[in-house]
Amino acid sequence: MKNHKRFVVTGAAMTALLAIAACSGGGGGTTPSGSKSSAAAEPVTINVHTFGGGENFGYDEAVKKWNAEHPNIQIKYTNLTDRFEDVYLPQLLQRLQAGAGAGDVVGIDEGAMGLMAARPQFFTDLGQYGLESRKADFPAAKWEAGLNADGKLFALGTDMGGMTMCYRKDLFKKAGLPTDREEVGKLWPDWNAFLETGKKFEAAKTGAKFMDGPNTIYNVILFQEAPKNGNLSYFDKNNQLVIESNPAVKTSFDWVTTFSKAGLTAKLQAWSPAWDKAIKGGGFATMGCPSWMLGVIEGKAGPSNKGNWDVAAVPGGTGNWGGSWLAVPKQTKHPKEAAEVVNYLTGKEGHIAAFKEAGAFPSSLPAQQDPEVANLKNAYFNDAPTGKIFSESVKNLQPVFFGEKHAQVKTAVEKVIEGMDQGAVKYDEAWSKFVAAGVKAAG
Amino acid sequence: MTLQLAPPRKVPGRRTAPSRRMARFDLKGVPYLLVSPYYLLFAVFGVFPLGYTLWVSLHDWELAGDTKFTGLANYGELITDESFWNAVVNTLGMFVVATVPQIVLALLLANALNKRLRGRLLLRLGVLLPLVTSVVAVAVVFSQLYSRDYGLFNWILSWFGVDPITWQNEKWSSWIAISTMIDWRWTGYNAIILLAAMQTIPRDLYEAAAIDGATARTQFWRITVPMLRPTIVFVVFISTIGGLTLFAEPVMFEGNPMMTGGTTGQYQTVAMFIVKSAFRDFEMGYAAAAAWLLFVLILLGTMINYWFTRRIGGAK
Repeated sequence: MKNHKRFVVTGAAMTALLAIAACSGGGGGTTPSGSKSSAAAEPVTINVHTFGGGENFGYDEAVKKWNAEHPNIQIKYTNLTDRFEDVYLPQLLQRLQAGAGAGDVVGIDEGAMGLMAARPQFFTDLGQYGLESRKADFPAAKWEAGLNADGKLFALGTDMGGMTMCYRKDLFKKAGLPTDREEVGKLWPDWNAFLETGKKFEAAKTGAKFMDGPNTIYNVILFQEAPKNGNLSYFDKNNQLVIESNPAVKTSFDWVTTFSKAGLTAKLQAWSPAWDKAIKGGGFATMGCPSWMLGVIEGKAGPSNKGNWDVAAVPGGTGNWGGSWLAVPKQTKHPKEAAEVVNYLTGKEGHIAAFKEAGAFPSSLPAQQDPEVANLKNAYFNDAPTGKIFSESVKNLQPVFFGEKHAQVKTAVEKVIEGMDQGAVKYDEAWSKFVAAGVKAAG
Repeated sequence: MTLQLAPPRKVPGRRTAPSRRMARFDLKGVPYLLVSPYYLLFAVFGVFPLGYTLWVSLHDWELAGDTKFTGLANYGELITDESFWNAVVNTLGMFVVATVPQIVLALLLANALNKRLRGRLLLRLGVLLPLVTSVVAVAVVFSQLYSRDYGLFNWILSWFGVDPITWQNEKWSSWIAISTMIDWRWTGYNAIILLAAMQTIPRDLYEAAAIDGATARTQFWRITVPMLRPTIVFVVFISTIGGLTLFAEPVMFEGNPMMTGGTTGQYQTVAMFIVKSAFRDFEMGYAAAAAWLLFVLILLGTMINYWFTRRIGGAK
């Protein structure tokens, strides 16, 4: 009985101790002397959270530089995952809802910009920190996507995709096709020519397939076609599903069906372990390549494949697939400093550093015009003049509109395409299943 | 007790009452106090989520979005949702494909391990080994064994002139693949439990049967299995619950956390359906309703199994 009493007392004391410990944890240490800025009396840590495979956002160098120059605002840069729709996004939404755990600065992929714009309650208005002044730095499409339902600026653009075609030089050689990037580009002025080249490639029996799977090319074509059809993909600007009536969707679907029927695909699911293995092991010869995909390939194929991959012009002209934004969640304790970091990373300097590191093509106009970008070559891809290639691909680029449920619809319909390619969905039923899946996901 | 009967001596009245109260508390209160941590934890992590899930399921509840009370609308939508029933069929299908051979195998294995064998302890430990490995590790390795291009199983099949199978592509192939993962991991565990129960069966029953001329097989079916009934019931229950909440294996088998369970949901289980609704489509209310239906499903499944297993060995 005595013991029991002591136990209770000890327990209470422990609880009190823990409480004290918990309180003191938040206090932090004292500032080293010589803090010059009045905004931050102590060093503030700004957590930047991003996503993406391979070299992802490519902020390592930019962050190093900032941290050296700003002792009072230290960036902690974390790439959380290589999967956006099914890992990063749900996690981010949960953290926004919970009011804790999200970074001070978070990366958002284009597919979820509609969703985030519809939730102004979660994001800091960057206009109040003077970032409205950045408007002239961005193409209209990139800027407008960063305005939320309240008309406030909540996100600034980082990279944009552009559009090229990556190909395996060694496999092209094996198949008796030209390997020089200029000549390769001339092989396929349009998708029909691409199909014919693919048939030639398959006839050479190299053991590899011509393309990875259906969905990378599907996205490439969709984003080429969308600007020809009112800049829409799955939703119109009133957030109504137009998957069935939008010719852009049907055209891209039909092309992919054609490629699949012709047996050109390796029937791989993008972003799966088998896909990774095939990028490294030479399982397929071509892949639709927005600028950020270069970083993905370099990361997944590894140093041993340096020089095996190259970049050529894409069939069918210009387009843009992908690209991201940075936003500041309202839950941050340091909105002002976070806004400064966003301003830096989406500024000319940050854009150029990211392009050098991850091949992520700048959406910032001053960065695009900078000789450092325009003349940049990518050593991994045989010194391909990526700066020039991507600048060409985004000329006169039109913005594509994304509905609130774009990400869900995209995932659902791409599953059907995959199923069709792998044989689980019959070719003649695929379109109706595709539409049905989209309708359901738009719910 | 006797001490209390004695009249209190020299004890100041003020102190008697509290210490008596303490004694009473010690006797009546402390046991509850001592068992309370479990119940408190259970209330926080079991009862509360259950109730809250029910509450959420009555709403159109979007993750980090709007919530609107809709009553039973989610349930109504769910029971007409083809993909939900597809998930139910998959779950039940894989449960049957996995569990039936598993229990039979476990029974035979336990019977074998119950014999006088050389290195018996080592063998008994051996069947438990798969359980020690993590589910995800098992699933990753098996998924590679079943991979289309460089998988072991397709390689072996190719000796017999079979074309590479995309195991994820058809219901039957994906179910078999996933069931083997489950069985590899759990058969040994069930065998050990059955073995433990077998050893409690009195040996004289077997001796008497042997004298009467019963063969080993007759002894197994007429003595071992009936005597094991309560244990088999337990094993079946555990397998039912495990089977109906199947999650990690099919997710890993898919190779990415999309939760669609194949391109057309060939092996999407109810648990995956729930996660997909909640964290891929952000429909928390719909997911919560599905979770409650899964709960009901498990309850029904367990009851049906109880009814079946009671009949094993000619129960009265």
